[in-house]
Amino acid sequence: MTRSVSGEDAKPTVDLTVNGRSVSVRSGSNVAAALLQAGIAFRTSVSGEPRGPLCAMGICMECCATVNGIPHIRTCQAAVESGMEVVTG
Amino acid sequence: MTNFDVVVVGAGPAGMAAAAAAAKHGAGVCVIDDNAKPGGQIWRGSDGHRDRRFAAYQTALEVARVNLRRESRVVAHPASNVLRIETLTGFEDIGYRRLILATGARERFLPFPGWTLQGVMGVGGLQAMVTAGLPIEGKRVVLSGSGPLLLAVAAALAKKGAQILGIFEQASAARVMTFGVQLLRFPGKLREGAVYRAVTRQAPYRTGAWVVEARGDHSLQSVTVSVNGALRAIECDYLGCGFHLVPNLELPRLLQCQIRSEYVEVSDTQETSVPGIFCAGEPTGIGGLEKALCEGEIAGLECSGRSGAHLFKRRDRRLRFARQLDLAFALRPELKELVAPDTFVCRCEDVRRRALDSMLSWREAKLHTRCGMGPCQGRICGPATEFLFGWNSEHVRPPVYPARVSTIACAVEVSKGEV
Repeated sequence: MTRSVSGEDAKPTVDLTVNGRSVSVRSGSNVAAALLQAGIAFRTSVSGEPRGPLCAMGICMECCATVNGIPHIRTCQAAVESGMEVVTG
Repeated sequence: MTNFDVVVVGAGPAGMAAAAAAAKHGAGVCVIDDNAKPGGQIWRGSDGHRDRRFAAYQTALEVARVNLRRESRVVAHPASNVLRIETLTGFEDIGYRRLILATGARERFLPFPGWTLQGVMGVGGLQAMVTAGLPIEGKRVVLSGSGPLLLAVAAALAKKGAQILGIFEQASAARVMTFGVQLLRFPGKLREGAVYRAVTRQAPYRTGAWVVEARGDHSLQSVTVSVNGALRAIECDYLGCGFHLVPNLELPRLLQCQIRSEYVEVSDTQETSVPGIFCAGEPTGIGGLEKALCEGEIAGLECSGRSGAHLFKRRDRRLRFARQLDLAFALRPELKELVAPDTFVCRCEDVRRRALDSMLSWREAKLHTRCGMGPCQGRICGPATEFLFGWNSEHVRPPVYPARVSTIACAVEVSKGEV
């Protein structure tokens, strides 16, 4: 099932999978914007808090997730691609 | 290993201007940048800005066949005149005759209760997310912290349909007014000032005000703001909170460039205390785009055997503007009281203020609590602890970014010839 979270259906969208769930976002978005729209926690901190992006410029590392099997990818620096698989934790 | 006459670190305005100037005069130039697109944090590739200068510089770099290494981070300085960069798939050593550091700046974050909730971001951070596709139309946004970025971002987000519920600037009205008057002395900044005035007519802009707490169940639901001492709760979807900017000094420090009053010390020609290493843009003083372009051009000219002397006067004016910014948006001591005993100061390692109270230095805190030892390597909590506790987080060791073991362990290869 594809769930549109962009709210701008007129623009071309890209489908990706986040934690096994299909998410559709505006083409040209970065992965962090996709996760934020989908309301998914990016990372669980060492004491168990859900975290999301802070700096959005690749410095804070709060938005790191596993993208296409590669761990520790800064999602704020990665553009979405069709069929991309993202796993957060 | 590949060698170049001039290597530029950072493809923001300063780095692009430096590379364009150096390459125009025949130097073999390589630009190393962390991002997927050149343009730095202000231009961000071609997304969402209308500055024609970006396209012009991009064309200039292409025409001059400047070697642009995207998604590449400098992690170490394994030998004299060599930088080791890590890419998505491996690493490489890049040799240089002259080096230009144009590493830019980041936002300064200060901890307060709730600052780790999802939905709390930097001011520039929020704008960057919106540029990168986060829908903001109809969303309730509070902006807080310090500096002209607050107004610039409020204007940009309002234009995209965000409801800006308030802009809270920690600096006093007197300081902001003085700065506003100073703006009149810098003609390029007048238009900027006009935009700001338009914003403040649409959204409440309060000076002597800041967010004291963010609340929500996992993600942000409301903030409490203090306006001249009176507390008020505001329900919102996003909080952009950042206290002006701090320069990215990790690489200049690794290369042992002299730092004075929090900035890289440079000569008239933008050369640092280390001969052959130049610095341009925010690391020499937070002064914005015009200063960065001017300093970049000077550094690029000087590195390709030309003189940038005709630009010194313009640069010095921009530098004076940078000093005015620092004065106007200096942090007020009350902000130190925001961090509660159980507030996380280090977000990577979840170190609470309580654990840091008995520590006497950055080094002691690192050893005993792991504060600053996580993946960001103190880039977020370092400037915060400098302000909160007066610690000096100057010491930098390679790798300056988290790197793969293979990147760190390999010896420097013998040079394969020059480009």
